[in-house]
Amino acid sequence: MQQVIRDKALSLLEAGKVDRVLAWKEGEFFYDQTPHVFKTAEEINRSLVYNGFSAANLSKYLVKETLKDGMIAVFLKPCDTYSFSQLLKEHRIPREKVWAVGIPCDGKLDIDRIRKAGLRGITSIREDGDRLSVSTIYGEKTVAKSDALAERCENCKSRKHIVYDELIGSEGEALDSGRFDAVEALEKMSPEERFAFWQKELSRCIRCNACRNACPACTCEKCVFDNPASGIESKAPASSFEEQNFHIIRAFHVVGRCTDCGECSRVCPQSIPLHLINRKFIKDINEFYGTYQAGENPDERAPLTNFDKDDMEPADAFRKGE
Amino acid sequence: MQIEEKFEPTIVAFCCNWCSYAGADLSGTNRLQYPANVKIIRVPCSCRVNPMFILRAFQRGADGVILCGCHPGDCHYTTGNYYARRRMTLLFSMLDFLGIERERTRLEWVSAAEGAKFAATMNDFVETVTRLGKNRRLEDLRCNK
Repeated sequence: MQQVIRDKALSLLEAGKVDRVLAWKEGEFFYDQTPHVFKTAEEINRSLVYNGFSAANLSKYLVKETLKDGMIAVFLKPCDTYSFSQLLKEHRIPREKVWAVGIPCDGKLDIDRIRKAGLRGITSIREDGDRLSVSTIYGEKTVAKSDALAERCENCKSRKHIVYDELIGSEGEALDSGRFDAVEALEKMSPEERFAFWQKELSRCIRCNACRNACPACTCEKCVFDNPASGIESKAPASSFEEQNFHIIRAFHVVGRCTDCGECSRVCPQSIPLHLINRKFIKDINEFYGTYQAGENPDERAPLTNFDKDDMEPADAFRKGE
Repeated sequence: MQIEEKFEPTIVAFCCNWCSYAGADLSGTNRLQYPANVKIIRVPCSCRVNPMFILRAFQRGADGVILCGCHPGDCHYTTGNYYARRRMTLLFSMLDFLGIERERTRLEWVSAAEGAKFAATMNDFVETVTRLGKNRRLEDLRCNK
């Protein structure tokens, strides 16, 4: 797949169709890739990579990149096309400046999960179908790919490309993956248990803002969390209030725009399951206002910029589950 | 003799200028009693209330937050309270999801003619929050001065 993508990038660049290519570049470690704008064929041949760790959602970088002159080509996995479509809908990306190449994805890997399976000293990982050959300093090991998938990919919502100019591979379909199961399990707990659960998770937050910076829906030029007059600009949270305040507001600001791509949880250095907060909002929207998938339909009105005269009251929403 | 100290909650009520604030005024002119725990903040429309306002009220020591607006369909700006209703439904549901007592937040529609409803709502809300006790889960210790 990597060679196919390299060839596609090279041919687009050589034909003069695009001036730049946005793709994944080798990072410091093999599992740590970085989004990069390639400008020359030499650079592409040297460091463009695509494998199980090419997880970054590239659509967000187009917001800044399309401010520059010239066309840019971008490689988008199915879930990235949802974010891309949502950004197009919000007029954050001029469509005519982007050449979107849809690429297939069968799930991205999570290095922490592989490590948790007891593998230490990993030097490289090779994918053989549904098995992974893991080279470690203690010798060759194999793991099932299904045991190494990132959480968001285990519950993949869709393999369908929403918007693209050309497609490598074949068109996929939206999946029914039970992605709300974890949210439901939490809902069933008592408020005390839920509070304890979130306290345990959110108290690890170091307020690095990575979740905000990586989120394709968070594209404001000026962010409320950067405002020194807001009273909440402090670094690491000092109290249970700050922990929750940041995460509630972060998730609330992307309600109806969050496509559930899972970037927030992926980039979290403290492995906080932030996507569960976003998913709770998505689940509520689906239950209260009808099924809505951000980025799917560019003509649909977002749930929070829309209303119905017979919408439920907050008190009714609580009664619903009882 | 030991004097038992009764817990007095702090309640923040966001009231829309056109209906609920006038409703509060009416309950005053009608000599209807509601507890002094309720601190009213006048907002131009219930839709003006940002989720951050609610969280901030809790941060600064509120034990309960209630948002009062015009009845759906009666908004001075035609549709503001419909949007507010969606937002608050999602926000309150999220607070519940994070384990904050759901009784601490409330949304109530009070028109300018409903002085009695305003007083009754506030009496009921203060009673509910008094029973819950102090807000511990969303407090900011640095604000307790």
